[in-house]
Amino acid sequence: MSILVDKNTKVVTQGITGKTGQFHTRMCRDYANGRNCFVAGVNPKKAGEDFEGIPIYATVRDAKQATGANVSVIYVPPAGAAAAIDEAVDADLDLVICITEGIPVRDMIRTRYRMQGKRTLLLGPNCPGVITPDEIKIGIMPGHIHRKGRIGIVSRSGTLTYEAVAQVTELGLGQSTAVGIGGDPVNGLKHIDVLKLFNDDPETDAVVMIGEIGGGDEETAAEWARDNMKKPVVGFIAGVTAPPGKRMGHAGAIISGGKGTAQEKLAVMEACGIKVTKNPAEMGKLLLSVLK
Amino acid sequence: MKIHEYQGKEIFRRYGVPVPRGIPAFSVDDAVKAAQSLGGPVWVVKAQIHAGGRGKGGGVKLARSIDEVRDLSGKILGMQLVTHQTGAQGQKVRRLLIEEGADIRKELYAAMIVDRASQRVVLMASSEGGMDIEEVAAKTPEKIHRVTIDPVKGLTDAQADDIGRKIGIPEASLAEARAVFEGLYRAFDETDASLAEINPLILTGDGRVIALDAKLNFDDNALFRHPDIVAMRDLDEEDPAEIEASKFDLSYISLDGDIGCLVNGAGLAMATMDVIKLYGGNPANFFVFGGAATTEKVTEAFKIMLRNPHLKAILVNIFGGIMKCDTIAEGIVGASKAVSLKVPLVVRMKGTNEDLGKKILAESGLPIITANNMAEAAEKVVAAARGERK
Repeated sequence: MSILVDKNTKVVTQGITGKTGQFHTRMCRDYANGRNCFVAGVNPKKAGEDFEGIPIYATVRDAKQATGANVSVIYVPPAGAAAAIDEAVDADLDLVICITEGIPVRDMIRTRYRMQGKRTLLLGPNCPGVITPDEIKIGIMPGHIHRKGRIGIVSRSGTLTYEAVAQVTELGLGQSTAVGIGGDPVNGLKHIDVLKLFNDDPETDAVVMIGEIGGGDEETAAEWARDNMKKPVVGFIAGVTAPPGKRMGHAGAIISGGKGTAQEKLAVMEACGIKVTKNPAEMGKLLLSVLK
Repeated sequence: MKIHEYQGKEIFRRYGVPVPRGIPAFSVDDAVKAAQSLGGPVWVVKAQIHAGGRGKGGGVKLARSIDEVRDLSGKILGMQLVTHQTGAQGQKVRRLLIEEGADIRKELYAAMIVDRASQRVVLMASSEGGMDIEEVAAKTPEKIHRVTIDPVKGLTDAQADDIGRKIGIPEASLAEARAVFEGLYRAFDETDASLAEINPLILTGDGRVIALDAKLNFDDNALFRHPDIVAMRDLDEEDPAEIEASKFDLSYISLDGDIGCLVNGAGLAMATMDVIKLYGGNPANFFVFGGAATTEKVTEAFKIMLRNPHLKAILVNIFGGIMKCDTIAEGIVGASKAVSLKVPLVVRMKGTNEDLGKKILAESGLPIITANNMAEAAEKVVAAARGERK
């Protein structure tokens, strides 16, 4: 087992004909069971055509009807990306993964509002995606650094996820699923949601949780973990040295009004029984220490 | 993106949020003319910089005659205004706002932000205006009232009146406060603001509710649909290095240390700064490298870092995923030669084509120090910045 996605997932790609969409669709199709998983693309102007054998439909609904797609991945440019999420939600998919970076917050507030009461889950936006090693890769992460295993990984940052993945792989452990929840302030799945999924996954033994400055999601997740998590969690928070009031690359990575500092998050996580390190080079080592 | 108070007030006027009559001035002559055209007997001379705490720093003064307007404008224009938000070097004042004086009965506070937990816009207001609101939040949090706004319905009359009463607006002035709050929300929503703050919001002697200050920040990701707001950008208020970086689609923030960092990915970039600090060094910047790693782009990145006279060493930390290490290595070698790099350079690269990348660095003949992981890289760059070699 794994969480969110596996080798039987059927993916429709929104924005498959753009440069980014084409590049990453190729990489995903060539990873593990990708050839069977990436079943459709969407572009209203190119319905009936195909991208290297992957059929293109006018709408997500059409793609779902024709191929049984249950998950979508979005590479649509920022101005139209929130509408692309809306379309996937309206087609009643299980999961929408939005890779697009730079969506206006106002658009996301409206999209999240529309999603209330709907069963579709959203991962992202501004995220690397999700991978279940040796089964399926949906997103922009480099497949080759992963290895099938029993460690769950959840992170807001892309490259920092890869860093953790590589450390876990080097220890010979491997990942059950690695999830990038994205760096935007208004997003879908949060640390707490992914922790819950890992907690219920019989093939995950422990979790590496990586956060960064801004917001209070890590604290919320830590408090939930204290009362409910049956598996060890280790953590790292990026941005101990980040100055207040500055947006550190990610739209959501900002200390505002003295809130959302790394120190505060680390303190809450520790108080909730999550082992943390201040050295990002030692996430793997820390994980090993709790597995013994 | 940030704008000046006088620009914020122009936006407020458009949305029916009352503000004092005022005219921006770029010179002492402008200021005198502005005061004459506003008429007396009292004017406020306000320094326009993109930082808070201007009053405490001596950038906001009351003038009781035209001569005093001239005198104060001369003193404030060109001064290095130091506030708790500018850093010790302060910010040079290049613009003024000349305003009519206001009859303040009570100072209040209002602000709007995007609340991440509820994923909605929230209006916050307090009866304790004029002072540092962070202090109010810390000492008397019960004096800050909040209302969550439904994105479809907007701020309702009932919500506006409720929060108005809670912060002590008299019944006779509730309609005025409602206009302020509802106008503020429409302005916030329609301009894609990320922060709106009125501190102080005042109740005047004759019962009017007026925004005496205006702070508006905007969502950078939404600027593509607001050319009018982009036109308000004041480059004098921004860090030249950050402006230069943004031309190449690079995200750069100056810090006060001496070790330059160039990293791919925001999270890894923050983590790199943290690990430098952990090993006793001080990062000179936050620098995210994205997109294609061409020699030209790495060269520009090096040039931007080298603008900093305190720079003692550079650490390049790359996790090559989609970005290939050999391409980056070529970029680093080309850039080092192009700028005739004099400071020590430590490179840690990992991921796709890592070995090829390391080979290119080794064969370049350049004194590049390589490291196998982040900790080793940090240790080496800290030592290099101190003039030691590890």
